[in-house]
Formats: sequence, structure tokens, C-alpha cells
Amino acid sequence: MNNIISLFGNEARKDNSQYPATVTLYQIPKERFTEAAKSMKTSGARLVAEWAVDETPFGRGFGIYACYAKDSEYLILKTYTPLEDPTFPSLTKKFVPAYRFERQMRSLMGVVPLGHPDSRPWIKHEDWQEDVYPLRKSFDASKSISRVKGEYQWIKAEGEGVYEIPVGPVHAGIIEPGHFRFQAVGEDILNLEEKLGYVHKGIEKRFESISWKEGARLAGRVSGDSTVAHAIAYCMSIESMTGCNPTKRALWLRALMLERERIANHLGDIGAICNDVAFAFLLYQFSILKEKLLRTNYKLFGHRFMMDKIIPGGVAVDINSDAKNEILSEMDWLTNELERLVIIYDENSSLDDRLRDTGVLTTEKAKELSVVGFVARASGQGIDCRIQSPFSPYDHIIPKMTVLNSGDAHARVWVRIEEVRDSIRLIREILNSLPDGKITESLTPPSTDKSGFAVVEGWRGEIVYWIQSGLKGGINRCMVRDPSSVNWIALEEAIHGNIVPDFPLCNKSFNQSYSGHDL
Amino acid sequence: MLRILHQIFRTGIVTEPLPSAVETEIEFIGHRLEDAIRKRFHRSLTIREVDAGSCNGCELEIHALNNPIYNCERFGIHFTASPRFADILLVTGPVSINMETALLRTYNAAPNPKLVIAVGECGYNGGIFGESYASLGGIGKIIPVDVYIHGCPPKPADILNGILKAIEGSEPIC
Repeated sequence: MNNIISLFGNEARKDNSQYPATVTLYQIPKERFTEAAKSMKTSGARLVAEWAVDETPFGRGFGIYACYAKDSEYLILKTYTPLEDPTFPSLTKKFVPAYRFERQMRSLMGVVPLGHPDSRPWIKHEDWQEDVYPLRKSFDASKSISRVKGEYQWIKAEGEGVYEIPVGPVHAGIIEPGHFRFQAVGEDILNLEEKLGYVHKGIEKRFESISWKEGARLAGRVSGDSTVAHAIAYCMSIESMTGCNPTKRALWLRALMLERERIANHLGDIGAICNDVAFAFLLYQFSILKEKLLRTNYKLFGHRFMMDKIIPGGVAVDINSDAKNEILSEMDWLTNELERLVIIYDENSSLDDRLRDTGVLTTEKAKELSVVGFVARASGQGIDCRIQSPFSPYDHIIPKMTVLNSGDAHARVWVRIEEVRDSIRLIREILNSLPDGKITESLTPPSTDKSGFAVVEGWRGEIVYWIQSGLKGGINRCMVRDPSSVNWIALEEAIHGNIVPDFPLCNKSFNQSYSGHDL
Repeated sequence: MLRILHQIFRTGIVTEPLPSAVETEIEFIGHRLEDAIRKRFHRSLTIREVDAGSCNGCELEIHALNNPIYNCERFGIHFTASPRFADILLVTGPVSINMETALLRTYNAAPNPKLVIAVGECGYNGGIFGESYASLGGIGKIIPVDVYIHGCPPKPADILNGILKAIEGSEPIC
């Protein structure tokens, strides 16, 4: 990707306030923003995230940022647009993920992507005043916003026998809110359109008004099921800006918690997917395993989901040798229990019948949509940032990547099964090589106008944080990109050719976060 | 099939043996809950869960009530898809601006008399999300709340306890 930068000659200026050193940030002219995207596309890079930053406190207008990744390399390109003409060239025609990123930038920051095919708001709902841009510095977040009348323009389908099914935001089960609009003929789905944003809590804006320390707690609540992964990504990006190096022991313990989070969520998902095809037996079996793990978390770490145990500079809880032995024997027990259930899953023809060829996300689509995590790996995309851009200890303890090509619900189950097996192995290795030492290093808050970047492979996939320090020692901007921000749109694609009753199954097999997407 | 049967016999009933302190508390709560429900709800208590803006942490713990270890169905507690059948709304928060209308409509769709239980710190006062343009704060700001269950998120046993408090405090419904 750096070859592309050389094409820009003097017009690409390296930003030296970006950390860590492995992730470079270049400023390029606005009129060459799409040209860069085009070259990135040709080189085979994917668009990781695109976001806007109000940099008026630094006297710079709006920063427009695009982050690309290829193999193990991450690169950020930025350009500026003035306050009086907040526009930038859209990247949507080059990269599909930009479609929602840019709608969101327009809705929340009021920067207009020129040439974007869809001017409907995203996250911001139709009953908000149009000129409300919460991420701008001039917006007072403590004030409530008044509602207006408005109607969302849904994609429509017409014809004999075509009907529409609106689902949500309050769903039938105990799940997060979102709206799905189906057009169907009989049981066959013609089209699915998602409308999200229901759980938008103003998280990114909130980061700007709280302390660095408190920020770790907030990051841990972006998506409650991925609390460890989000908190690690947040902490890593601050640590990169301040030159703080947590001890090896702290990093090993973080990985221990991250893998426990992965196992617990995968076990829950595998069971729930089986339940959605009326095989409740495995739901109950897997939920017993999950519950036992959560109880061990509570006993050893003081919280069932290990919330607030990752702090800037290290971890908040240590384990002793008894705890280590307890986890090791728990892993033996889990392996034994899991393998019994996997045989039952594998031998059951009704599961086979319902899960195979259902909700197929083809490898081509997966690549085009730049999906991440187990969704990507079940559709032929070998992306796992623990392997490609490893953060310690994954440079010592190497995860095994499982990539399948069928892209169906079964593949998404099977990738999870293999990842649980591998996480058990990783936990054993982490514990057997757990270094001695203290668990926290002191951290001085970052100085003004620096930015830090971090990626962490949570159980759902690649989580990205980009944080910029502000004038008064606080956070000027914290960009959060949950895997769901890119993966949700893949569900719209995977549902084509399926029947309405299989939607819950398809949705569960993706199991994306609403809160992590809506922020 | 034989494997499934074997696994069922191997697993046995995981609900009944309650060795640790946490589980004993569930049983205790459970018996009181069972009595109260038998008296007031003819042994059937139907709950509609509403996520009004949560981070999904509380949902995971509410889910756990249905696992074989907590097995809330043994007390006659059942989660329903429709608010029309609900005796209780179990609401997690904070109430986000985009869920306010849906929460109100769900509340209005549930028949009277009904109870509202707010789950988690965010359901109490907005928690870490506070009150802002997007987070309207606790559930009580939007609909009347009968019981708050604290915790971030509250453990499954705490949620069962909260449900008990809600029905003990209310007038007999039937």
C-alpha cells in the first residue's frame, strides 16, 4: 500500500502524531481522495473504516479519514474539508462498506459525501431535525433534540402477490432492537432491508466528555457481549499514544480473558442456532457449558463477563496458581463435553438439512463487502488480526485459522466450533507460559493532538479504535468500528433465495451486534 | 438418537442440585416466587422483555434465566413474544431516543394491570451513558417502573429476585 502513497509524491504528507508507528497516516488532497481509493481497490486492499472528525478546536475544519488494510498492513488516509463547505468525494462506488459509513458521517457529522447514491439518514432517524449533527463540536450533547414529522423511504417492491413484512424494532425473542423490512412472494424473500440505529446512545460523543480511565468502562459497554475485546482495543490505542507498555503478564491475562469471552459467546451461539431449527436439545446442552464458564469468570475475575477488568496500562485482576489450575482442569472438562456435543451436531441429519445451503454468503460477496470475523472466515476470507497483525501474546502463541468456503449457516457454526477448540488450546498455552510480574503500568494521559489506532480480534471479528487527544487533555474523538458495522449488510445479501421462516436462523448465524453498530 | 438419549441421561437434571451459595439463593427466591405466582397469577407469569437501548449485557443475563441451571419455567415464568400476553415488562435501558416510541407502544400494548421491572444500572439512571441527546436516561423517565434491579449487568439470581419483589409489592391480580 505504501507504493500507492509514492504515487502522490509531495502531495501525501505523513502525519507524525499518529501511533503506533506500524500504522501510518497520510494527508492527501481532497480531490485525490477517490483516486487513492481506486488504487487501493486495485491493489486488493479492503476499506476497514471511514469516519469524520471535527478538528475545529485545532483550527482545521473537518477531517475525513479512510482506513485500508491489506494482509498485515493498516494505512490511514485523511483529507480536510472546510467548515463552510463540508463535502468530500464519496468512496461508495469503489468500496461497498463506505455506503453506510458515509450515510452515518453525513447524518451525525453533517459532512456530505458527493456522489453517494443514497441521501437517507443512517442511525439518525427520520423524526430528528435534519440539521442536528451530534458529532460536531458546536453541538451541545446535554440538550435534548426536538422531534419532527418524517417518514423513512423504504425500498419498495410491487407486483402480483408481493407483500411486505415489517419486523421490529421490538422482536419476538430476548434480543436487541432493529427493524427488518421484507418483501416476499409466498415464503420466498425478494428483498430484505435493514434499518438500524434504535440503540444509538451517543457513545462516540460520550467519549469526548469523560476521562481516559472512564473511557475504558464505556468501551466495555459498547457491546456488552464483547466487553473484553472492546476494552482491550480502547486501551491499546491509548497505550500506543502514550508509549505505555503493559507488562507481559498483563498482556497474557488480557488474552486469557479474550479467549474466554470468545468461547462463551461461540458456545451460546452454536446452541441458539440449533434452537432456531427446533433442535432445542443442543441449546440447553451448550447453554449449560456457557453458564459454567461464566461462573468460573465470576469466581476468578469477579465478573461473569469480565467487565472493567481491562484497564489502561494493564488489567485489574490477577490470578494465582490455584486459579490457573482451575482453568486448566475446566478446559479439560470443556473439551470432553464439547466433543460429545459436536458428534451429536455432526450426526444429526435434520440439522444438516436445515443449516447447509441456508443463508449463503458467497466468497465473492464476502470479499466485496469486506466482511470480517467468523462471517468472513466462513466465506473464504482468511482475515484474523490475531494472526495478520498480532498484538502480544499472539506473536508468541499463534492462533490457528479455520477458513471454509461454503458461506452457509453450517459454515458459520463450524468455524465457531473450530475456534472454540483452538481457544481452549490457546488458553492452555497462555497459562503454561504465563510470565511473572506486576499487572499494571502507570499511564500518563496523552498530550494534545495525537492519535492512536488499535485492532483486536474479538469473538465477532476485527474491532477497530481510533482515538484523537483533544486540547484540554481529554478525548477529541473516539471512533469505534465494531465488526457489525461492516457485517450487517452481508445479512441482506445472504438472505436472497431464502424463505421467510429461515430468517431468524440466518440472523442468528451472523449474530451481529446492534449496540456495537448503532453506538 | 442413542447418543442424544445417552447425553440426556448423562446430563441428568442440572437444575435441582444447588450446591453453591448463589444457587441456594435462587431456590429460596424461587419458592417464594412460586407461591406468589400461584396465588396471584395462577402459576403462570408471562414476561415481555424490551431492550430499550441496552448494550446487550443485561439481555445475556436474562437469557440465562432460561438455561437449565436457572430454568425459570419451573416457576411458571415464561417469556412471550407479544406484549398482549404480558403480565410484566422486563425493560433494559438506557432509553435511547430511537426506542422511546417503541417502548411506549409496547407499554400501551400490554394489558392492565401490568408491572414494569427495569433491569440494570442503565435502566435505573442511564448508567455510564448518562442523559444526553441520544440517551434519555432511566426507564422511569418514560414509563412508570415498579422495581429496579441494580447491577451491571445484574446476575440471573438478582433478576429472579427483582421479579419477586415486583409481584410481592403489587395488589393481587386474580
